[in-house]
Order: sequence, then structure tokens, then C-alpha cells
Amino acid sequence: MTTVAVPQQAPDLREQKGWRRSKNRIMTTLMVVSFVLVIIPLGFVLFTVIAKGASIISWQFLTGQPIPPNVLPAGIGGLWPAVLGTILITALATVLAVPLGVLGAIYLNEYGGRGWLAALIGFMSDVMTGVPSIVMGLFIFSIWVLHFGYSGLAGAFALGCLMLPVVIRSSYEMLRLVPDPLREASYALGATKSRVTLTVVLPAAIGGIVSGALLAIARAAGETAPLLFTILTVTTANPNVFSGPNTSLPSQIFSNATQPFVGAQDRGWGAALTLIAICFILMIAARIVTARFTRYSR
Amino acid sequence: MSTAVKADPAGPAGSASPLTARRPLGDRTFQILALGSGLLVLVILVLIAVSTSQQASSWFSAEGFKIFTNNWDPANNQFGALAFIYGTAVTAVIAIIMAVPVSVGIALLLNEVVPYRWSRPIVYVIDLLAVVPSVVWGLWGILVFAPWIQHIYASIASGVNGIPVLDSLFGSPTSGASFFTAGIILAFMITPIVTSLSREVIATVPQIDKEGAYALGATRWEMITGAVWPHSQGGVVGAVLLGLGRAMGETIAAALVIGSSATITSHLFAPGYNMPAVIANQFGEASGVFRAALMGLGVLLFAFTIIINVLARGIVERSARRKRGA
Repeated sequence: MTTVAVPQQAPDLREQKGWRRSKNRIMTTLMVVSFVLVIIPLGFVLFTVIAKGASIISWQFLTGQPIPPNVLPAGIGGLWPAVLGTILITALATVLAVPLGVLGAIYLNEYGGRGWLAALIGFMSDVMTGVPSIVMGLFIFSIWVLHFGYSGLAGAFALGCLMLPVVIRSSYEMLRLVPDPLREASYALGATKSRVTLTVVLPAAIGGIVSGALLAIARAAGETAPLLFTILTVTTANPNVFSGPNTSLPSQIFSNATQPFVGAQDRGWGAALTLIAICFILMIAARIVTARFTRYSR
Repeated sequence: MSTAVKADPAGPAGSASPLTARRPLGDRTFQILALGSGLLVLVILVLIAVSTSQQASSWFSAEGFKIFTNNWDPANNQFGALAFIYGTAVTAVIAIIMAVPVSVGIALLLNEVVPYRWSRPIVYVIDLLAVVPSVVWGLWGILVFAPWIQHIYASIASGVNGIPVLDSLFGSPTSGASFFTAGIILAFMITPIVTSLSREVIATVPQIDKEGAYALGATRWEMITGAVWPHSQGGVVGAVLLGLGRAMGETIAAALVIGSSATITSHLFAPGYNMPAVIANQFGEASGVFRAALMGLGVLLFAFTIIINVLARGIVERSARRKRGA
């Protein structure tokens, strides 16, 4: 009797194991499929932008001006006003936001400690990363543009507001990784807190801070919404970033995307390729900095 | 340390000690600078709320609770914004439904399945996705994706024709630029953030729990449902909420592919509108109450996203703290 029961039980177990294994395999496959689902659109976008943009981009396209009316075909004029605007406005936003962001992170990690104010600021800066970019545009419009008019500076304020919490968060994470014995050693030598922070803690974390800042710049360079109501668009280059309307690559892409004219759409693709190239170069630079200069990592 | 700095200028007792007396001005200035930069975050958030509400006040006072009705007619000074709120909710929910399973799948793949040297290239690809600007998604969406997916919508619509619920969701009218297209594009855009947050949360699961599950004979999937999921559930909910906040506020891509039609309809393949898109498209030519109304939509958007973000960060932080304590 018992000899009969054992072989009956054994296939039952194996059956169950088979199902468990195949379920495991199905779920693992689904995880791989979810990654593939992400690669496909990304590959599609990059392929389209490169295929359509590469034939448009030339030295003349990047450095010529003015930006021609929408009806004209690509090949006349160029996007120099937008390229210049993007570079100037993003650079100004970086100058405004990165030092303040790093200082804010220094407050959170070096001075604030476990106090309620540091906790509140840290929490609210995380919340601020979720503020929609269009709201930043409206904000700068109502406190700056209404009083001082459209300018590259207003755009830089809006981009800076978007970058600030991102820089604070990434710098804070890097400062936290600096080991305490480094700080204690320099206090033991009689250094003041600011000196310890500036000459010991900051250099130890600088690789991560720079790479975080570069990623924030890459995100900001591609933002359109905060620039719509702060810089407007123009067709000739405006090198004075502090006054007068300006333009940028994202703004040009946005206004060209809805045009029915082939020339305008072509210029849109060319601008898109230029913008993606700028963003990717910044991202790769961030990777290189991370790989070469990071001393402490998780 | 900070109390010594504060006590320093207060009385002569401080300057009596040579150590505190030598505490230089530069040191204090630096601390104040750092504190100021930290406070800047709070100042900006308060200023956003105050200045935009102020600009929008004439809309709120002119319309009262009528701002939540469905009649947006700038030509006749009617500014009921329900259609935009509806569109924002619909597109964000579509984006979340599509992005969350994919993001959690990738996060599990990275943390539990592939070896470290494979996970880095996968992370690079996800980061690449995050760096593609919103406006490039929009350009691609309107010129390439929408014309292509239009045919799929049309065949789905003819397929569900007459079936009760499906017909009202996926039936005609169909259009390439629609709620659904905007939802898909938004899903691509929020996938990186939901993935990276879920990954962080899943990485906090203690190794010992996982090993315990394996030791009991669990397969990898059983280990995930038994050990990883109960531990990271709360954090993943927070990550999903953050993704929802992103999807609600994402402007330019939605403005290009949503179809720009202020209607409330259950047909997901029909053109619609959402709050950020209407601000982006109409603010340029607006003035007076019209401008105030668009500014007011910004205020509502700000309020919604702040609430969602506070909730989400709270959930993420609480689950992280519990994990550290355990």
C-alpha cells in the first residue's frame, strides 16, 4: 500500500514544481520585455531625429541668421539666434543655481544637522523638484517679466528655479558620503568650520557634485515651458542676455512642430538634433567626471 | 557648534576665551550664506504660491465656484476649467497605468535578476530616456507617432464598435492627437523617474530576507512576491505618486500631441486638452481675465502637484525610515 502511495505523490510534487518554475520564467521574461518596451520608443525617437536632422545640420545652419519665415525651405538663414540663446540662458541659469544649490546642500549636511529647519528645507526641496516647469514660467512671468519685461535673464531665473532643488539633492547626497574622520582631522588642526567645509569636505565630494550639476544643466537646457513666457522668440541673435526678448532651441522646436510647412518642420528636426547632441554631451561629460573624480560612492 | 557661533557676538564673556574670540567673521558669513541658500527653497515656494495666486485673483473672484464648470469660451469671457482638469486626470492616469508595470519590471530586473556588469548599461539607457527633452518627444509625437498610431486607433475603434463599455472608451471618433497619444508619450517620459525611485526602494530590502526566502526553496519570483514586495510596497506607491505628479505637470509634449480640444468625453482616442497644455498654447495671446484664468490654472496645477508630492515624499520617507529602524 505504501509503495503505491509514494510514486503517486512524487509526480504530484514535480508537477507543482514545473508550474512554479514556468511562472518564474514567465515573470522574468516579462521583466526583460518591459525593458525592451522602453528601448523601442527611445530607439525610434533617436533614429528619427538623427535621420531627419543630419541632412539639415550644416555649419551654415548652426551659425547663420536670421531664422527665416516658416514658409521658406531649410538651407536659408540659420538657427544661430537659438543656439546662442540656449547657450547664454543655460549658462546664466547655471551660474545662478549651482553655487546656491551647493551652498544649500552644505547647509543641510554641515550646519543643519538633525534640526527641524534642515529637515523642512530638505523635504521642501524634494517637493520643489515636482513643481511643473510651466508653473515656474508663470511664476517668473508674474514677479519679473510684468515689471522688467522679457529677457534672457528672466528665462535664466525660471531655469535656475528648476535646477536649484536638483542641485541641492545631488550635492547633498555627495556631501553625506564624505567620511567624518576627514572633518574631525581638520578640526583637530584648528581649522574653522567654513575652512573645513571649503578645503576638505567640498574637494572630497567635488566629482559627484559636478556630475550632478551637469545632469541638472542637461535637463534645464531641454526645457521649453519655463521659457515660453519669459524670453518669447526672436529671429535675430540677441547677445545681450540681460535685456530684450531672446530665443532658444527648445522654443524654436516648439513653434516649428505645429507648422504645416516642410521647411519649418525640417528646421525643427535640425534644432532637435542639435539640442539632443548638447544634452547628450553634457550627460557623457557627467559620466566621465563621475568615473574619474569620484572618491566616495555608495 | 552653532550655539557657540550664536553666543559669540552676544556678550563680552565670549570674547574672553581666545578660541571663540578668534572665530572670524568669514566663518559666520559663510554659515549665513549657506542658511540663506537653504531658506531660498522655502522663499521660492512661498513666492510661487503668493505671486501666481495674486495674478489669478480676478479669475477666482469673477467666476467663483464656476471655475469648476465645463465652459471655456474666452471670446465670451467664460472660463470654466473642468475640461482641462478632466484631461489632466485622464492623461496622467493613462500614463501611470502604462508606465508603472514597466518601471517596476525594470527595477526588479536591475536589482534582482541581472548581474552588476549588465545592470550598468541598462541604467545608462534609462538615463538616456530621461535626458531626451520634452519638446523632442512632442516633435516626434506629432510628426511621426500620431500619424502612425492613428491607423491603429481606427482599426481598434471599428473592432469595438457596438460592444457596450469598450465602445465608449475606444470607439470613434478617433484622432492621432488625442488623450491616449498624450498618455503614451507621458508614460515614456515618467518611466525613468518611476524606475529609479522604485529601484532605490527595492534596494533597501535586506539581503537576509531574500536569502531566507531562497533557503525555504522559493523560486526567484516567489522570493520577489514573498520578501521584496511586502518590504518595498509603500515606497513603490510613493514612486507611483511622484510619477503621477510628473505626468500632470509635463507640459510641452502634451501640448503638442493632445489635440487641443476642450471637451469632456469618455472616448480616449478623441482629441482633448489638459491644464499645462492650455496654459502653454493660449497664454501668449491672453490678457485681462483670460490671462488671470490661465494663471489660475497654473495655481491649481501647483496646488495639485504640491499635494501629491508632499504625500509621495512622506510615504517614501516613512518607508525608508522604517527600513532603517528595522
